[in-house]
Amino acid sequence: MSTAPRAIDPGPLPAGEALAQHLPRPRRVDSVIELVGNTPLLRLRGLEADCPGVELWAKCEFANPGGSVKDRAALRIIQDALARGDLHDGVRLIDSTSGNTGIAYSMVGAALGVPITLVMPENVSAPRKQITRAYGTELIFSDPMEGSDGAIVKAREIVEAEPERWYYPNQYANDSNWQAHYHGTAPEIFAQTEGRITHFVTGIGTSGTVVGTSRRLHELSPSVRCIAIQPDDAMHGLEGLKHIPSSLVPPIYDAAVLDDTLWMPTDEGWDVAERLAKHEALFVGHSSGANVAGALRIGRALAAQGRRGCVVTVLCDRGDRYFVPLKWERHYVW
Amino acid sequence: MPTVRIPTPLRKFTQGKEEVSIAGANVRELLANLEVAYPGIKERICDDAGAVRRFVNVFVADEDIRFLENLDTAVRDGDEVSIVPAIAGGR
Repeated sequence: MSTAPRAIDPGPLPAGEALAQHLPRPRRVDSVIELVGNTPLLRLRGLEADCPGVELWAKCEFANPGGSVKDRAALRIIQDALARGDLHDGVRLIDSTSGNTGIAYSMVGAALGVPITLVMPENVSAPRKQITRAYGTELIFSDPMEGSDGAIVKAREIVEAEPERWYYPNQYANDSNWQAHYHGTAPEIFAQTEGRITHFVTGIGTSGTVVGTSRRLHELSPSVRCIAIQPDDAMHGLEGLKHIPSSLVPPIYDAAVLDDTLWMPTDEGWDVAERLAKHEALFVGHSSGANVAGALRIGRALAAQGRRGCVVTVLCDRGDRYFVPLKWERHYVW
Repeated sequence: MPTVRIPTPLRKFTQGKEEVSIAGANVRELLANLEVAYPGIKERICDDAGAVRRFVNVFVADEDIRFLENLDTAVRDGDEVSIVPAIAGGR
């Protein structure tokens, strides 16, 4: 019995691949932390129908190995603390976080052998708790009614009780946070747009992304307009974003590097997040929805004046980080 | 009367109080009476049509009312009703 030899045809190169093989893509690395940063910049062509003549671009921070923009700050915070000697044997890193920073600390901590403890409001979603624990992180819960400010207060109390046990980086006050964006996000965006960026817009969480990126972009090109986004009310559902007038103001927040602030209703951010998933195939979190909603507002305003522009914003993380509990899981702990 | 736990961003309406006692046989009545006692608070919880906003969770005795009878969920004396913004994590 014989079988005819089967023709093996690998088919043509995928469209664009011939070019891609000539681009520098140094994706052979020694450690997962080397995959932090240098994220792709994605054009949102479908949304540009809303603002003819204006380019809309999004920095894909969900492509970081921990899944969010927070990898950048966490990596620099831990590297700088190790270099200064603040983190040494017998000391655990402790910080308050509503999620992504905790995941980023946990990933970097596991990679560099630094033990991590996180304080978070008890009502963070079960997957958040499971992801951080998977990296070996210890969790302590704060009152769900007190939100992220309650977690900050509780972390401070724990550190004050036994200061020698802990390194408390406090992402809201740590210069390494904004410096990660000053040295990373900003020059990457400037190079990826070949210096054509006209507007940078993103939400305020710790303010590290908007402050660090804006500070550097203004140095690289004084004509770039840098705009922050805040929820329009203290009672909001744009997780990760901070309503500064009703919050503890992050010490690293510097309004002087901002040209303007947009006030974003929760519904507008959520609606754009849904539109991104359905029409751009980008299933991202609500803070990303708010960021793109802000970029759209700027784009529409430019188009209405007949002006061109190159607007850049940030996709902070993926939407699968925010799955709601299923009905049969309703007895989850709050 | 049921006790209503007020989240931090809404305490400006309750003179800083974390808990208030409000009458009402169900969540709808309770929210209406909350508005009478603390004017302005309801529009932060409910939209123009009167439904609880997408990003606000209301719990009666630790049960999310979306999984119960929503605004018609019965409230008994001594029940604790919590109003929790979704900002601290998934719902």
